[in-house]
Amino acid sequence: MSGAPEGGEDVGPATLPLNAWHRGRGGRMVPFAGYSMPVQYEGIMAEHLWVREHAGLFDVSHMGQLLFTGDAVDAALETLLPGELKALGEGRMRYSLLLAENGGIHDDLMITRLPAENPFGEPGFYMVVNGATKWDDLGVLRDGLPDAVTINHMEERALLALQGPKAVTALARLVSGVEELVFMTAGAFGWNGAALWISRSGYTGEDGFEISVPADRVEALAEALCAEPEVEPIGLGARDSLRLEAGLPLYGHDLDDDTTPIAADLGFALSKRRREEGGFPGAERILREREEGPIAKRVGLIVEGRQPVREGAMVVDADGAEVGKVTSGGFAPSVQKPIAMAYVPAALAEPGTQITLAQRGKIHRAEVVPMPFVPHRYVRKKG
Amino acid sequence: MSRYYTQEHEWIEVENQVATVGITDYAQHQLGDIVFVEVPDAGREFAKGDEAAVVESVKAASDVYSPVSGTVTEGNAALADDPSLVNSDPEGAGWFFKLNLMHPSQLSELMDEAAYKEFVAGL
Repeated sequence: MSGAPEGGEDVGPATLPLNAWHRGRGGRMVPFAGYSMPVQYEGIMAEHLWVREHAGLFDVSHMGQLLFTGDAVDAALETLLPGELKALGEGRMRYSLLLAENGGIHDDLMITRLPAENPFGEPGFYMVVNGATKWDDLGVLRDGLPDAVTINHMEERALLALQGPKAVTALARLVSGVEELVFMTAGAFGWNGAALWISRSGYTGEDGFEISVPADRVEALAEALCAEPEVEPIGLGARDSLRLEAGLPLYGHDLDDDTTPIAADLGFALSKRRREEGGFPGAERILREREEGPIAKRVGLIVEGRQPVREGAMVVDADGAEVGKVTSGGFAPSVQKPIAMAYVPAALAEPGTQITLAQRGKIHRAEVVPMPFVPHRYVRKKG
Repeated sequence: MSRYYTQEHEWIEVENQVATVGITDYAQHQLGDIVFVEVPDAGREFAKGDEAAVVESVKAASDVYSPVSGTVTEGNAALADDPSLVNSDPEGAGWFFKLNLMHPSQLSELMDEAAYKEFVAGL
């Protein structure tokens, strides 16, 4: 048998605050984004299904937590991101993109306007960026923002994601009031004296929360959450299969410096006022593509048969020539079929289109389908 | 009957010149949940070390090599319906394929169970 399936080599990567806790819980650690991270505990399939039915605790402390403060910080950030920030209310968040000059994507991120009362100090904006890109992001942000804006990379804080239909039940037992949050809102909370910043958000398609916590308190909080009967620790393997089923793109795989938001089907991240005014990197190209339609587009695929078609597989035409590529793919535990995301020519992007894939010399058939593959279960209003 | 092992974590068991090949318990554990197995059709000929089968977990695809040279007499059809047999019974019902040995002497180049255990302990 070939390959080193899931590492085991963990000499070298940096450790995060929960490193010892993961090992104690039986997590299989692998190098990821420069850190040693748990890929799985019990098994990806079981963990994935647990999150869909109960609640899973993910350590996402490798992600970058950034604080932006200063005068006119919203206007300054709008020069780099295409989202509406000036009119964003306190405790409201949105998905946005750090754009490159050519209209490609440096990173995708979540950004929240902080109220005066928040655990980080001054009001401003709180941003969570991908772990693998955070250092590059910091460079782009430092170069692109005026001196009046201060960036604080909060390395002294850890980040947990609690995801699944029972997440609210479990978390509300520890932190009362979180049940009042709705999808894409956030607020300041406390737990045993620790100042938390909690948002109702996540990247699994399920209801759930992301919890920013001081690094020296994260182990106690993780332990307390996993003591709740609804909660099990979940590794990065299931995080990837969950977000794929939810139709959510992953930076470095489905998104990169050469991919525009329009090709990536992330047009919703361009707020209306920003589309009309422009004034963000790559605006000319991005807005033109939005009008004329992209050459290629990110689509969801259901693959015939049982064999997964993975990142790197080619989308081919009748002559076998490459016309697109698979950027994420795997066996979907909840769908019980192989699914994938791929970039295909615009003419092949309509749901129902049959397409042909080539992987390791073998041909696979697939159908373009609407995403998500599994319905989102975000809690959008109280009740 | 004797069972031999490779450094690539295949096992091969030989009875009357017919060998059964699968992956070891260590290998299935490393791979995690198996979701697909492609086994070779009867009649295919492999030289030692040829890619003979594909095993896919939720996360990764891996090739399975033929531990010796031979002609396939049967692929394990049960794996098409239930690839998780490789997880639940890797060194039994989760076998991959059977071979007629071309060069039985090649078996002497493989590890016995004790040597494989020692090899795995060092990983």
